[in-house]
Amino acid sequence: MNIIILLVVCAGLVALRFVPKINILGWLAGWWIAVFVFLRWGIDPPLPTSIQGMFVAILTLALLAYLSANSAHFRFVLDRFVAFTTQKKYTIPLLAVIAVLPCLVALRVYFDVTEGPAPPLSSRTIHPPPPTSIEVAGNTIDLVNDDNPYRALETEDPAAFEEHVENGRRVYYENCVYCHGDDMAGDGLFAHGFDPIPANFQDATTIAMLQEGYIFWRIAKGGPGLPSESTPWLSAMPAWEDFLSEEDMWDVTLFLYDFTGHRPRAREDHGGGGDH
Amino acid sequence: MKLLARRLPSGVLLFLMLAGLALVAFWTPDAWAQEAPGQVEYRSFPVVGSRVVVWVIAQLHLMFGAFVLAVPMFALTIEFIGFRNGDKRYDDLAYEFTRLLSVSFSFTASLGALLTFFLFILYPRLMEYLVSIFDWTFMLYACVFFLEAVFLYSYYYGWGKMPKWLHLVIGLCLNLVGIAIIFIADSWLTFMNSPNGIDAEGNLLSTWDAINNFTWMPINIHRLIANICFGGSIAAAYGAYKFLGAKTDEERAHYDWMGYMGNFIAIAALLPLPFAGYWLGREIYAFSQSLGIALMGGTFSWLFIIQAVLIGNLFLAANYYLWLSMERIHGAERYRKFTKWLLASITVCFIVWATPHSLVATVEEARAMGGSHHPILNVLGVMSAKNTAVNVLILTTYLSFLFYRRANKEATVSWAKTGNIVQFGILAVVVGVVIFLGVYGYFVEASVRIGLSIPQVSLVLFAMISITIIDVFMFRKAKILGPIEWGKIPNRAQYALFFIAITFAWTMGLMGYVRSGIRQHWHVYGVMRDTSVDAFTPTLGYAANVVSVTVLIFFAFIAVVFFLSSLAGKKKLDAGEGTSS
Repeated sequence: MNIIILLVVCAGLVALRFVPKINILGWLAGWWIAVFVFLRWGIDPPLPTSIQGMFVAILTLALLAYLSANSAHFRFVLDRFVAFTTQKKYTIPLLAVIAVLPCLVALRVYFDVTEGPAPPLSSRTIHPPPPTSIEVAGNTIDLVNDDNPYRALETEDPAAFEEHVENGRRVYYENCVYCHGDDMAGDGLFAHGFDPIPANFQDATTIAMLQEGYIFWRIAKGGPGLPSESTPWLSAMPAWEDFLSEEDMWDVTLFLYDFTGHRPRAREDHGGGGDH
Repeated sequence: MKLLARRLPSGVLLFLMLAGLALVAFWTPDAWAQEAPGQVEYRSFPVVGSRVVVWVIAQLHLMFGAFVLAVPMFALTIEFIGFRNGDKRYDDLAYEFTRLLSVSFSFTASLGALLTFFLFILYPRLMEYLVSIFDWTFMLYACVFFLEAVFLYSYYYGWGKMPKWLHLVIGLCLNLVGIAIIFIADSWLTFMNSPNGIDAEGNLLSTWDAINNFTWMPINIHRLIANICFGGSIAAAYGAYKFLGAKTDEERAHYDWMGYMGNFIAIAALLPLPFAGYWLGREIYAFSQSLGIALMGGTFSWLFIIQAVLIGNLFLAANYYLWLSMERIHGAERYRKFTKWLLASITVCFIVWATPHSLVATVEEARAMGGSHHPILNVLGVMSAKNTAVNVLILTTYLSFLFYRRANKEATVSWAKTGNIVQFGILAVVVGVVIFLGVYGYFVEASVRIGLSIPQVSLVLFAMISITIIDVFMFRKAKILGPIEWGKIPNRAQYALFFIAITFAWTMGLMGYVRSGIRQHWHVYGVMRDTSVDAFTPTLGYAANVVSVTVLIFFAFIAVVFFLSSLAGKKKLDAGEGTSS
């Protein structure tokens, strides 16, 4: 957050309250500009332009609703608009507007076409849907019904559980740390060579939202095992089933949750019919 | 056209048109002549393909079905209110709503027949399997549909021609049968998403378990509520259409009231709808993580962003209509100062709800953010934030209703000041706790976080119910500051009603596609694969285009319904020499 911009915007809005005889158009324009400035320059790192555009569109819609929800305001603006477009005294400003608008559009087009080449925007999907089951080293893993086979040890045999977590730690620091980083924030040594960068497991919106079977599937099958829907997935993750044992992959899953302090998403009871 | 409409029932006309189209489309005798019975899994449909034709017709059937099943619910309620308080206006309004049913029912039946033909012709293997699971329910459905026709036409044509109590009983039966229809049809489509009552090979073990599958009841409840929303919004759009064409002040007043009532019904049902939708999503996730992720975090998650934008617009338009409606009420000026705060709340909630989890960004923007998640906006992209936003949005809309309700009233009870403080206190505490639970959700595991939605919803419902009860008692024998001048509302309010109806239809189409599409390359998820040429998930843009065209077709049909319903009104007017309402 850019505090200076935030303070300037707030000061501008406070000042707006003290502008004598400000009409509804001035008030709306003031708010629109203030929010636009904040969204454009007040947030660090900057918001993507797609999000800025969406927020500004919502804001514009809301301000137009506010204007037209009051007939007195609406009539005032309509009267001003009619006066501006029909009265002789406004001929020069009107001509100026008529001349400036296409120039602005032309300017926008100019900037668009003179920008350097860039890959097209893509609406990346963050969680690929997993299959119902996968084959790993000849074993079928049921991703719908099976849990991490060592998770139960957490309560049944804590010492054995700790051994699995320690094995997971070894696996992680031998294989995963280079991309996912020392503290699993997706900022390993190699991370910035990738686009997109590796997942940040510290983020409460990644592994904390998923069941362990999902994590196991991602580790085992990696980028090559991503589904054919919603491509391109753009993942450089290797299929670790070619390098690690099934136990190692379950263990590193335990370690990811243990290290970050997140809990895997638990299975839920449902209110519907019987078992599938 | 008028003559034709009088001579032939509109449904027959439509059915003939659609049947003709189907015949032309299927005129491929050479290919079919070589088919061996029982060996065909799929047949193709020219130009648009089998999937799109079934998709469009199913959606159109569903939209008309939703309207036909919903209108009797509120028509009966309004008729009952008129019966209890003796106010003929309510009876007239209920009749006017019902008048839309006759033509719509014919459309629904014709589209349903067309859908059935297309499904059996284009997807014989799937239909053979579904019949093997649900055999007797198809029979039951046909019988119940027949009963629906009997009750619906008795209800419509029997208006004013039989004792009121008997008419109300027929209306009740109509509604019960309508609910049975939707529940039966829901069992088929939910089985395809969350199959149950079958063995590992897909053979039937229990028809009841197949019906009572994981998502059956959530869909039933979600659709019932959504149907009321949709029916109310279409009825309100009819009121708006008539209002804009009204010639006299009486007509304007009547159709203004009709538009208001339709919108009231739509928005009242809209308030609990997100809760029902959330329950459905949760059940889908509980049934299968794969389906849940495809729905909310994967392939289809971008459609939820579009849905958020649409529903945000719906809430904005609903509030906008209420604020404009207050212009026809003397005394409402007192509440105008609150509009900007209500709008600010709606805008913030709208922004939170519409913020995606992973953002559309250029490579430079993504590098600046350190990935596809923005460090600040990231927290707005998950359900904790969105649940909180929608709960506050619902409370804000409720507040607009509350201001509308008391716009021309001044409480005269001695405890009015205390009552206001208590109401405000309840609202403030509930909003505070809802926001607290939303933030708290980030610090607990996923299953606990999901569970927090229940206290959030319960608190919002508690606030709405308790504040309403206090309000009802507080404004008994209230001083009336001025009349409600029905008909004195700006025309742009009527366009807001059109906007609401179209947005509802679009949202229904979009979400219907998502519910069905999450199966991806399965006809019956995990049981019967889709091996047709359409066994791929269309791009989001293509899907949105199909839904949009379907909505356009639906509103073209609805325009016909409005037109034919107006003709029926004119005939009555001519016969009664202008004495009809």
